[in-house]
Amino acid sequence: MNKHLAYEETNACVQCGYCLPACPTYVTLRKESYSPRGRIHLIKMAAEGKLSLNDISDSLELCLGCRACEVVCPTNVEYGKIFESYKVEKAKNEQTSLVEKFIMQKVLPNKFWMQFLSHSFKWYQKTNMDKWVRKSSILSIFPEQIRTFEEITPTIESQKKKNRDSQVFKPKDKPKARAGFFVGCVMDVFFAKVNDLSIKLLQYAGYEVVMIKEQTCCGALQHHSGDQSFAKKLAKQNIAAFEKYDVDYVVNSIGGCGAMLVEYDKLLEDETEWSSRAKQFAEKSVDISVLLNKAGLSFVREIKGTVTYQPSCHLRNVQNVTNAPVDLLTSIPGIRYLPLPDMEMCCGSAGIYNLIHYDTAMKILDEKMSHVKKITPDIIVTSNPGCHLQMRLGVKREGLEKKVKVLHLVELLAEACNIDEPL
Amino acid sequence: MVSQDILSQLRGIMKSETRILTESADLYSYSYDASFGTYIPGLVLQPTSTEEIVGIVKLANEYRIPIYPRGSGTSLSGGPLPVYGGIVLDFSQWNQTLIIQPEDTIAIVSPGVITGEIDKEAKKYGLMYPPDPSSSNISTIGGNLAENAGGPRGLKYGVTKDYVLGLEVVTPQGEIMRTGGRTIKNVTGYDLTKLIVGSEGTLGIITEAILRLIPRPPAIQTLMAIFDDIVDAGRAISSILTSRILPSKMEIMDQASIIAVEEYKPIGLPTDVDAIILIELDGHPQAIKEEIFQVKNICSIVGARDVIIAEDEVSAEELWKARKLVSPAIARKKPTKISEDATIPRSKIPEMFRRLKEIKTKYQIDLVVFGHAGDGNLHPNIVANIQDKEEMRRVEKAVEEIFTTAIELGGTLSGEHGIGTMKAPFMEMEIGEVGIDMMKRIKKVWDPNDILNPGKIFPKKGQRFVLIDE
Repeated sequence: MNKHLAYEETNACVQCGYCLPACPTYVTLRKESYSPRGRIHLIKMAAEGKLSLNDISDSLELCLGCRACEVVCPTNVEYGKIFESYKVEKAKNEQTSLVEKFIMQKVLPNKFWMQFLSHSFKWYQKTNMDKWVRKSSILSIFPEQIRTFEEITPTIESQKKKNRDSQVFKPKDKPKARAGFFVGCVMDVFFAKVNDLSIKLLQYAGYEVVMIKEQTCCGALQHHSGDQSFAKKLAKQNIAAFEKYDVDYVVNSIGGCGAMLVEYDKLLEDETEWSSRAKQFAEKSVDISVLLNKAGLSFVREIKGTVTYQPSCHLRNVQNVTNAPVDLLTSIPGIRYLPLPDMEMCCGSAGIYNLIHYDTAMKILDEKMSHVKKITPDIIVTSNPGCHLQMRLGVKREGLEKKVKVLHLVELLAEACNIDEPL
Repeated sequence: MVSQDILSQLRGIMKSETRILTESADLYSYSYDASFGTYIPGLVLQPTSTEEIVGIVKLANEYRIPIYPRGSGTSLSGGPLPVYGGIVLDFSQWNQTLIIQPEDTIAIVSPGVITGEIDKEAKKYGLMYPPDPSSSNISTIGGNLAENAGGPRGLKYGVTKDYVLGLEVVTPQGEIMRTGGRTIKNVTGYDLTKLIVGSEGTLGIITEAILRLIPRPPAIQTLMAIFDDIVDAGRAISSILTSRILPSKMEIMDQASIIAVEEYKPIGLPTDVDAIILIELDGHPQAIKEEIFQVKNICSIVGARDVIIAEDEVSAEELWKARKLVSPAIARKKPTKISEDATIPRSKIPEMFRRLKEIKTKYQIDLVVFGHAGDGNLHPNIVANIQDKEEMRRVEKAVEEIFTTAIELGGTLSGEHGIGTMKAPFMEMEIGEVGIDMMKRIKKVWDPNDILNPGKIFPKKGQRFVLIDE
């Protein structure tokens, strides 16, 4: 009996199969072992010692972790917990590559390295190295996925180095509430502009926005790769950092990170000193769309065109935010909103899934794009950087770059509020 | 395990090797359904054509390998469980054919098509495929045909068998047979279509079905009636049906279900009542607008405490929420759910409720009752903890007593879930020695080598009802 796997939780599954049509890998790959019900059963078998972790790894490694199954489960099985327990066990039993460890533990949570990355990318793009590299055949020595993602990497905005690290952005009138802003690590390299615009929008909507320099990476990527203890360390650092500033909300515009933040209470539930602090932090954590929708935005610019929305799975399935982004979108003057068919299906980005399981991720993406083509939007709105890049890739694979734009919700809202300049 | 020789022959039969599954993770993933017990098959195949089925069945018949057809594995009776190992045939990939022919009001489907998709497609032509098991968004039509699945609309529209005009079937010898046809009327020879439907995959493998569709009613009305006394609820149901009104659904929830829902997600249901009935009418908007008021009056006259008519779709959904929340509400209490479908004549509903209450006290079990009151198809649901062996033994005894009670009251073991492995031990009690012997003789003639879904329907000597192994 393997006591570390979430065996009790697997017993809550009555195997009714209601999760099958909600699971992107089951729908795409059509095998029971790639369904949530199959995966729960396999982890149960591993816990009972009937199968080894190795036996079940093909099935489990292909799980996106999108948690759409939790939303449709009639008996509230805690799939996320079951899945994480596998990830932790698996990581314990296997040598993580030093490079991966270095990235997860040293680069992501470290400002210096992230700045370094940001500058290197900027240099790479600014010197037109990227265009030269693309023209030459040098990239062909890399595997397909590296080539693919190199091409869709967003232009890194030149940060005018006006350290927003510990500023406070006050609204015009008396603040509605005080919100600590969570910047994220990958987000602040590739989508620093979205963060800038988020801060301005919150300010515009009447919130006081506090920047907290002691914050670090949310720990989601580490947690999802099974490094629970490191994720806990980061969680504690974030909780302590935000506590100091006495904020009403911890706000972010990153679906994936936000999902990690709202589950800090679960992550730290066994640690007596931390559990109540984590619970408070989790309760304060909120996606930007919820705060903006609550305050209401006065739009000043019309936006012409058909817009659709691809929800971030973790925003929808873990943070349970479904209506706020759509409410905001439909309130923009001039917009024609068309819901994306099967929008609740993951796009296949899923953190770094699309890098590790490139082929499966592309099959899932192709399925997603088949729905996009049904409604031919001018703009696809996303709410998470990973989804953003993946949708951009989807658009490119379909040869629609000239017709379809991919924007973060915040970018579109800012445009409609006439907030265009980053900080 | 299946030998290398057989495996290589199967590689010749299956058009794609990716649909031959041999990894242990795959075998374990096809070892269960939504009922109890797990059995590891030797091999899983995912066929997508009649030719492949013919090849597989011929091979299996020659080498006496048991075959277990499986749709989406939502069976509550153990229908697809590979109790003797062998080959599981996973039909979920074979969903390519779904043709609606509106002039003949029929649908032609391959066995892996999801049930709900048929109705969705029919809707585009103003037609309807009425059978609506609660798993219709997941279950395959093949599984529905094998088990003769029902659903809430059974009262007005009947069950799966009432909508099957013709079948393509592969016999246990690997021959292709067509039964019935594409006409509503067809009395040529024995009705083999009806024999195959509900035979739980023991007589042949269905590879295509021709289904009857009906005109889709244009409107729906919903009502909730709350009763202090279950006897009054029973009288209301009978009175409505004798007032020239045939609702499409009549669902009942007992007090324990109501309390469970209110403890889980309070939606304002009164918890001090005996029963709640949900009624749905469908038809012409003018007609049902009038009928829904008649239904309301009838309920009030026989003593309903309160009757609520849904004003629009949204409020109808609100009313149905009560019923939809029962499953998650009871699952929260304990992890293991045993869902039964013992069915009694409608007039015996109050009596059955009383007897179920006695069973609940006698065995000290967590029992709630809800179900399709209009056709007497109740769903006594027991929640327990599978780890608690002592509790599970009490549950087994309680379920046995539920079955005997249903038979005593002139009912049946299964209204819509099928017999499978779960209810085999009780077969004789309902259909008698001669009945069971005649069924066995039919099976013997059709499938002398007993390769199609062996271990189902017919009890083994001395087989007892068990939920957990010793």
